[in-house]
Amino acid sequence: MSSLLNSIDFQYVIGALVKIVVFWLLIMMIVAYTVYAERRVLAVIQNRLGPNRVGWQGLLQPFADLIKFIFKEDIIPLSVNKWLYLIAPVVVLVPAMMVLIVYPFGPENVPMPFGAEISSAINWLGSAIGFDWNIKIDTIDLHVTNFNIGLLYVFALTSLGVYGIVIAGWSSNSKYSLLGGLRSSAQMISYELALSLSVIAVVIQAGTLDLVKIVDQQSGAWFGFIPKWNILGLFPAGLIAFIVYLVSAIAETNRVPFDLPEAETELVAGFHTEYSALKFALFFMAEYVNMMTVSVLATSLFLGGWNGPFVSDFKWLGPVYFLLKVFFFLFLYIWIRGTLPRFRYDQLMNFGWKILLPTAIFNIVLASIIGIIFL
Amino acid sequence: MKEYLPILIVFIFVTGFAVTNIIASHLIGRRKNTRAKLMPYECGMDPVGSAHQRFSVKFYLVAMLFILFDIEAIFLVPWAVVFRELIQRLSRPFVFIEMMLFIGVLLVGYVYVWKKGLFEWNS
Repeated sequence: MSSLLNSIDFQYVIGALVKIVVFWLLIMMIVAYTVYAERRVLAVIQNRLGPNRVGWQGLLQPFADLIKFIFKEDIIPLSVNKWLYLIAPVVVLVPAMMVLIVYPFGPENVPMPFGAEISSAINWLGSAIGFDWNIKIDTIDLHVTNFNIGLLYVFALTSLGVYGIVIAGWSSNSKYSLLGGLRSSAQMISYELALSLSVIAVVIQAGTLDLVKIVDQQSGAWFGFIPKWNILGLFPAGLIAFIVYLVSAIAETNRVPFDLPEAETELVAGFHTEYSALKFALFFMAEYVNMMTVSVLATSLFLGGWNGPFVSDFKWLGPVYFLLKVFFFLFLYIWIRGTLPRFRYDQLMNFGWKILLPTAIFNIVLASIIGIIFL
Repeated sequence: MKEYLPILIVFIFVTGFAVTNIIASHLIGRRKNTRAKLMPYECGMDPVGSAHQRFSVKFYLVAMLFILFDIEAIFLVPWAVVFRELIQRLSRPFVFIEMMLFIGVLLVGYVYVWKKGLFEWNS
């Protein structure tokens, strides 16, 4: 037993667990305040006030909502397929959140504040209960893990969410849910094609699927002032890839103007019509975590991730830049929601299959031609 | 292989969180069931018939097309990863033409499906 607790692998697992919990809490906070920001910004766009009563400027609203969700009535309609109905929110949320381990928040080997004190405290605790630990946390990597198939891992997991939506739509045994589930799954798989084809232009430039390396490779500048981001690389293939990515990512997360699965004027609430209390909250969380994932990918694939001025001198600027870029995308989501009307379903499918997909394919051809000539 | 271990950890952690939420919701929320409350939602009247009815075959076709095109997209990824290495080692036109043949085959299928009218949703 003691050899297990002393082993490096065990320390690695504990370290990973601590990081997962910290990043998870951070993401939950971002999700909660994205919801709040969405309500406030939409209110401003529509010339109203929005939630401003709970706490200063309504800043405690997410917690009030959480408490309300917990104490709401848990309704399981009689006609549902009970186990599938209960499992669907889990199937949606789990893959959405599993992606967080490859989020590249910041560079590797960042100096840890109070690193020496913390590690000596842990080692002292270890010796107090009879273990001989020699843990050093002078520097930390600002991501849980990174492996050479990082990007593929993200795509594999985010596409699993479709199963949960289909299960939710079918098992609810409600017409609105079924229609919402069908529409949603057809839409998500249609736009996923363009999504996965658009990143090829980035992979050609980076030569790896490891998210940390992709961000690393975007450091520096052309001619000393144009940032070496992938959006500007292989010009104009990178830019086209970014636009295709952004459009299909918004469709992939079922947001306005592609929010037909939840079109409230026709489908009540789409696939989660029959869900209440925390079961509904899980769907809601999954949607916002997916938005976060999409923004993280857009940031680290196209906009240089944590790169920015003075990052090499002061590494803690990295996560600041990273989060600012992510917040920009989250704001863009809200802005688009406040601005654009919803597509009709045939327009949506036409756009996905007849415009976006060919654009993505021809962009690959373009990227490889430019790559052949200039790389 | 150590770097893959967090996948298992985060899976257990997140599944635990989600399942706890479902159970907590069941235990904490007060329940006062009525007949109307336990029916599937319908606006203003009782729902007519089961929801499990036949739906358009188009959805199946889209799912099948997705599988075909997604597999082809996955075949593009390894080529893109080694692209820089390949153009150093092999002749550049070769790398390009090989992939264009693949994309050309993909496009033939795509045009066929288009002509067959699979993308027409307003008919």
